[in-house]
Amino acid sequence: MNVVLELYRQDPTSTGEGEFKRYELTLEPTDRILDGLIRISRDMDGTLSFRKSCAHGVCGSDAMRINGKERLACKTLVQDVTEKEGDVVRIEPLRHLAVQRDLMVDQQVFFEKFRSVKPFLIPKDEVQEKERLQSPEERALFDEATKCINCSACYSACPVLDDNPDFIGPAAIVAAARYVFDSRDQGLEARLDVLDSKNGVWPCENHFECTRVCPRDIKITKLINLTKREIKKYREARGEKTAEE
Amino acid sequence: MVYEFDAVIVGAGGAGLYAALEAGRTAKTAVISKLYPMRSHTGAAQGGIGAALGNVEEDKPEWHAFDTVKGGDYLVDQEAARILAEEAVQTVYDLENRGLPFSRTPEGRIAQRRFGGHTRNFGEGPVHRSCYAADRTGNMILQTLYQQCIKNDVHFFDEFQVVELLLDGTRCTGVVVFELKTGEVHIFRAKAVLFATGGFGRMFRITSNAIANTGDGPAVLARAGIPMEDMEFFQFHPTGIKGMGILITEGVRGEGGILLNSKGERFMERYAPTMLDLAPRDMVSRAIMTEILEGRGVRGDREIDDWVMLDASHLGRDVVESKIPDIADFCRTYLAIDPAEEPMPVQPTAHYAMGGIPTDVHGRVDTGGTIYEGLYAAGECACVSVHGANRLGTNSLVDLVVFGRRAGKHIAEYVQNVSHGPVDEGAAKAYEARVAQLKTEKGKHPGPIYREMQSVMTAKVGVYREEGQMLEAVAAIRKLREDFQEVRVQDTAENFNTEVLAILELENLLDLSLITAVSAENRQESRGAHSRPDYPDRDDEGWLKHTLARLDGDKVSIDYKSVDVGIWEPKPRVY
Repeated sequence: MNVVLELYRQDPTSTGEGEFKRYELTLEPTDRILDGLIRISRDMDGTLSFRKSCAHGVCGSDAMRINGKERLACKTLVQDVTEKEGDVVRIEPLRHLAVQRDLMVDQQVFFEKFRSVKPFLIPKDEVQEKERLQSPEERALFDEATKCINCSACYSACPVLDDNPDFIGPAAIVAAARYVFDSRDQGLEARLDVLDSKNGVWPCENHFECTRVCPRDIKITKLINLTKREIKKYREARGEKTAEE
Repeated sequence: MVYEFDAVIVGAGGAGLYAALEAGRTAKTAVISKLYPMRSHTGAAQGGIGAALGNVEEDKPEWHAFDTVKGGDYLVDQEAARILAEEAVQTVYDLENRGLPFSRTPEGRIAQRRFGGHTRNFGEGPVHRSCYAADRTGNMILQTLYQQCIKNDVHFFDEFQVVELLLDGTRCTGVVVFELKTGEVHIFRAKAVLFATGGFGRMFRITSNAIANTGDGPAVLARAGIPMEDMEFFQFHPTGIKGMGILITEGVRGEGGILLNSKGERFMERYAPTMLDLAPRDMVSRAIMTEILEGRGVRGDREIDDWVMLDASHLGRDVVESKIPDIADFCRTYLAIDPAEEPMPVQPTAHYAMGGIPTDVHGRVDTGGTIYEGLYAAGECACVSVHGANRLGTNSLVDLVVFGRRAGKHIAEYVQNVSHGPVDEGAAKAYEARVAQLKTEKGKHPGPIYREMQSVMTAKVGVYREEGQMLEAVAAIRKLREDFQEVRVQDTAENFNTEVLAILELENLLDLSLITAVSAENRQESRGAHSRPDYPDRDDEGWLKHTLARLDGDKVSIDYKSVDVGIWEPKPRVY
């Protein structure tokens, strides 16, 4: 079918706003939007810049806004975002991160926030000779959080970041929850200085935009609330106040 | 700019990150990756990592080593396979200790599932050996190792692409690197360089590989005059999503999924009576292709792009959603199919390069007589060789963690006792001139060359290979390499010029396609994944040897090195 991809273009050297450029091409309804972008860059306009790698939704490279919603270009089929011949699909870079060029954004801030929550095992005990034991039930407690691929879709969709760019954002909290709820980890305490701070978990206002756009179907808002609850429990047990209070 | 490190690791997948963690213990180490963090293709590995933990039933590393050798149709170096299987056990425990979220048995131990070609007691029947984290084991390995690198302050250069190797004779002194953000060309001086750049399945049209899998490491080394080992052995995974090549893990069959032809027959009964759907991948891919060529594919037209069905619907929704959730998601996204209800349309997909940069068991580049000092390779881009003519499922993850770790350890030792070698700083200037030339003139788009290369390789150097077709492929790739000289970039910008990067990647794929096609045409036997109707049998007398193929302009010269068969005598391969 004939479709028009209307792509945000921004010159890397200019500091001004970008503009939209239209590309008409023929794609199968079951083609990925990414297939369209690749076709443009290899056959029509070599100056188009975007990131991509795995092309099936597991590496997180190609999150962008497609018709206003954060999606992975490789997990969005043409038929998902068009209704009829000649439909226009508008593609823009993610929000809340600086545009480097065209559809590429600088994820450095995103990764700094990810790193700030200490997203690695802080073990409760010494290294074992074999594996640490963990029941399937304990393992299930953090399964959801292991699905994150750091694509930044949630970071772009989060309305809180519109007004408070210092909020660590949904993905960083998911990364923290991955370990906070892991029975092998020391959990919350080592990460409290970031999580239980002004720009830690508390700015989240349950807009659910992160959950709505997550291409991995992670119930992000729920994980944020579980983390908040865990922090409250921890502070209450010690007669302390949270940074929210 | 000139950077100086003790060790430079090229590639940030499983092998590169594990090596960086080990090398970084003593050596000033940098990791260079053309991608952003955690985008590497290790993250796409699904089904598991093989290790004889024996958590579900009795198992031994010796059985794992034997399965690896037999699975590789005896082209495996056997001491390397023994190391692989033995060190797999401790490495899996190490990964768990570093936080990897393995699925668990009811007793709380690491869960294990069956996988193709993995057997108990030297072939008696399938064994539970694959340690898994649902169907995203590779992603968990990638994340866990990257997280450990954060913890250990490993120094990363993201979106830097290595374009040239710096050698002083047979000693590696560093690499030339293109920085995407600025377009600058840098020199990284190093006492040791490890290439861990992954595979090059993008030379084929139907592939499970990432767009980034363009064989940058092997191509750079090949152009520096280092021969590539066993490039004719490329694995076609039996179950890629029809038309797209996206992988449907062997774990589906490990959990009980079965393959069916258009008549609803479980055809693997005819090809592998004992292991059935869990026979090694080369055999299952051939079985599917034979069904298709004999008219029992779903469409029934005997064309190579026909397909068969993989049925998991009898496993029930609970198993599908808990054991293969990502697969279910792929099916819903790309096929609008629910695998708990309906079978999945599948066809062989180019998946894994058994061949690559020849190394010894420490990861040192070893061309069978010459060891290149300070030059290492690990993971899919390397050929140790533990996979021989056909890799077993789960052994790619085993390979990259075991040999990535070993190479890192060796580098940590090695750099203690040597100084930096001499580097010609003019090398960066030469490369800058190359990029400038790509930009100055008008020329062709790369798209048609890319597509033609992929079509030729898929049609003529695929599951079954015939003499005439392979000769046509060699000629066609030669022609495409000539046409490539006329390709120019439209994009003249310095910053984030992804077009320059894409064209350099295409050049790498073309060079490796030529080496692959020539190596395939040269080997006159059928062994593992290399299957020739004109030479249908394995020929140990003539061909129990590794190919070494050296690129020299538009020619590829062939040499050989011996196979280590010190433990098990080659036998016919029956499953």
